[in-house]
Amino acid sequence: MAAPTTLPSALADAVRDESSLRRFLHGLPGVDQVGVEQRAAGLGTRSIKKASKLHAIDLAISMVDLTTLEGADTHGKVRGLAAKAKRPDPERPDVPQVAAVCVYPDMVKTAADELKGTGINVASVATAFPSGRSTMDIKLADTRFAVEQGAAEVDMVIDRGAFLSGRYGQVFEEIVKIKEACGNAHLKVILETGELVTYDNVRRASWLALLAGGDFIKTSTGKVQPAATLPVTHVMLQAVRDWKTQTGELRGVKPAGGIRNTKDAIKYLVAVHEVAGPEWLDPHLFRFGASTLLNDLLMQRRTQLDGHYSGPDYVTVD
Amino acid sequence: MSDRISVAKTYKLYIGGAFPRSESGRSYPVTDAKGTFLANAAQGSRKDARDAVAAARKAFASWSGATAYNRGQVLYRVAEVLEGRREQFITEVAASEGVPLKKAQSLVDTAIDRWVWYAGWTDKITAVLGSSNPVAGPYFSFSTPEPTGVVAVLAPQQSSLLGLVSVIAPVIASGNTCVVITSQDRPLPAITLSEVLATSDVPGGVVNIITGRTAEIAPWLASHGDVNALDLTGAPESLRTELERSAAGTVKRVLRNKASEDFAQVPDLSRIRAYLETKTVWHPMGV
Repeated sequence: MAAPTTLPSALADAVRDESSLRRFLHGLPGVDQVGVEQRAAGLGTRSIKKASKLHAIDLAISMVDLTTLEGADTHGKVRGLAAKAKRPDPERPDVPQVAAVCVYPDMVKTAADELKGTGINVASVATAFPSGRSTMDIKLADTRFAVEQGAAEVDMVIDRGAFLSGRYGQVFEEIVKIKEACGNAHLKVILETGELVTYDNVRRASWLALLAGGDFIKTSTGKVQPAATLPVTHVMLQAVRDWKTQTGELRGVKPAGGIRNTKDAIKYLVAVHEVAGPEWLDPHLFRFGASTLLNDLLMQRRTQLDGHYSGPDYVTVD
Repeated sequence: MSDRISVAKTYKLYIGGAFPRSESGRSYPVTDAKGTFLANAAQGSRKDARDAVAAARKAFASWSGATAYNRGQVLYRVAEVLEGRREQFITEVAASEGVPLKKAQSLVDTAIDRWVWYAGWTDKITAVLGSSNPVAGPYFSFSTPEPTGVVAVLAPQQSSLLGLVSVIAPVIASGNTCVVITSQDRPLPAITLSEVLATSDVPGGVVNIITGRTAEIAPWLASHGDVNALDLTGAPESLRTELERSAAGTVKRVLRNKASEDFAQVPDLSRIRAYLETKTVWHPMGV
């Protein structure tokens, strides 16, 4: 097994072969379930108001990966989404752009054409999203196709079956190969935490993805319930923070699915600040995978600025 | 044996078919006309109003999409449950309004009859207020009344049950959903009405009932971007102009009936008509 980057000796040792990888992952300290849930709930009660709330809303908007991953997606819908990404609230030009638009590989070209020169990335899911059940060749071809079409970010899913049956080496190899196929594109590794069952597994999968070279670790596909939850994101944020302490490298986290309103988004931002650190309050290191969240952020932004509640009649709702 | 101590009640709000506490955590004592303590009621805040509007908006699609016949059946069912709670209403109206039991009885009976009267209108509104228009061309042209949307209702301050029923029933009969701010000092019949609605067939969110200070909550509803109409019946005199002005900011329909409205009179269609939009469709003939 090949380590993707030069790692400190302890971590380089972990990726030497499958048994040392297993030893490393099982040697990670267990997650205190009650503790992490309590801390997540506790941080969720922070009250963010007025100017700080407005700042948080703008930051959250700039962190959104505006997503459409439906079987019914059309080129027209993707073009509409791209227009919204460029100018989320057309009446208020001071609203920041979103970070990226996330689509299926066959829609990448449409999105890339629309977003050329705007600084907004096109992200594409790949590797037999959302189940990840296909052969390695197909997953690699899927990834290469997305990158050729113009995707600057690739969201891959791990093989949960292999992970849960303990074939960590296989999952590791897969991520390394996909990362190679990505070339310059950023790789986000979807752990699908809703299928990993325990927080210990989430921590192991996070470390596995970081060791294999994932630039981001992402909670879920959005197709499985439960999708992103605060405690799970806590565990993942701890992993990227520890990664930084051990290697000096900054890696990102992306909760996706189930984050629908501003209140939730702000809870996540508080968690990022407290668990990982203020460095991570940056669209390069933290993203929201969401489709409807943006509408609520825009409505809340208007509420803050106008002094009265806004409604869906005043922003584009999709 | 000592006298039994009765259970003192602390009531909650009625939002989206559930009974949540006020987000603000506040409550206030409700007294009868002579000042004797009756119960504690939740003192709703602007955020409760916001949640109520969200619930009403969510309920609007299915309630306005239900057939008029179905809405009528649901409202008749409410009248049945009201009838079952008649004694409780009589006691509460007598205590709240300081009227003799006999008078309270007649008020409650009129209120139930009023509900039935509006229930009967659900499937007749289109026939009476809609029309088939004569046009000079090969087209059918129809105008049909459609519900306005989410209506914020400031319930009358004096008439705690009859007045309340007279303002809620016409709103929901035509398919609107509503957020009601009850009479500030006489909320108990409204709270019991919310229990009636929760135990009949009215879908959650169609009627949301908030107790508290009208002057505190009303401005937030008047300026809310997702409220389509505003009933000023129970608004404090000093606030009416300001409420109307902020309602104009989002082009709401505003019903400006006076607080002195006599609810004992048999109503006309004006309250139903106030929350309707007219949709006219042209349809080619003979193809």
